[in-house]
Amino acid sequence: MEQLMADLKKQIIEALNLKHLKPENIGDDQPLFGDGLGLDSIDALELIVLLQQNYKVKIDNPQDGPSIFRSVKSIAEYIRANQTA
Amino acid sequence: MFISATSKIRKQAIYHQGTLAFENTSVSLDDFLTGAYDYLSPEYPKFYKMDRLAKLGFLATEVLLRDASIKQYAPEAVSLVLSNAHASLDTDVRYHEAAKTSSSPALFVYTLPNIVSGEICIRHKIKGENTFFVSPSFDAGLLEAYVNQVMQQPSVQACIAGWIDVMDSHHDVFLYLIEKEKRGIALPHTAEELTKLYR
Repeated sequence: MEQLMADLKKQIIEALNLKHLKPENIGDDQPLFGDGLGLDSIDALELIVLLQQNYKVKIDNPQDGPSIFRSVKSIAEYIRANQTA
Repeated sequence: MFISATSKIRKQAIYHQGTLAFENTSVSLDDFLTGAYDYLSPEYPKFYKMDRLAKLGFLATEVLLRDASIKQYAPEAVSLVLSNAHASLDTDVRYHEAAKTSSSPALFVYTLPNIVSGEICIRHKIKGENTFFVSPSFDAGLLEAYVNQVMQQPSVQACIAGWIDVMDSHHDVFLYLIEKEKRGIALPHTAEELTKLYR
């Protein structure tokens, strides 16, 4: 889980062009949207693409998006629960 | 109506009122843009997500408004009239290539030329009329006529206008601020003056 979260932080910085940040600047539980990291709706779409391409994980119900993308930890938990071996 | 300030970006050099402000010709255009951002230090992380057209517009406007403020005007009293030759083709081509292997919503949103107008408006809290023309080359006559028409509206006090073009490594940016009040370099807003300033 720790390694997955570390990988996700690097991938999020790369995919979302957050070049002003380093992985250590993103807390495991830090909110990604709103007052947290300040991501927006386009970033959410990029995160969906990232999960599909890197982890073959899809989000079937769009209404689950806010809880899945709440933090790096919640994304990692969703990947663990939905990734096929 | 007077031109208060100008900025230009050409051959990886940025000019403010015709004077060199920043230059780096030994790197790629992308690295030049990032270097110019670091130099200006506007603390606006969204810059990193922008395409080249938006980055050029963002940087040119930062330099343009370095000594010339528009904060005294209501957001609705400032207009934006931009133009270029290649529309958003630089990003359109990159999106077309990227779409062959994956999709990128963040790139897709820049496949319109007037997105640069939106980025400038968000950054400087501009809510006035904005227009984007696409023409084969810099058209001083068009800008003079259209910007004068915009400025004749009683509610408009200032307008940022000019040319922001990019295609691959080619880039050519010329912006100017026009105000009803006489400020800054206070040059007349005529096609002849714009042609001289653009050169």
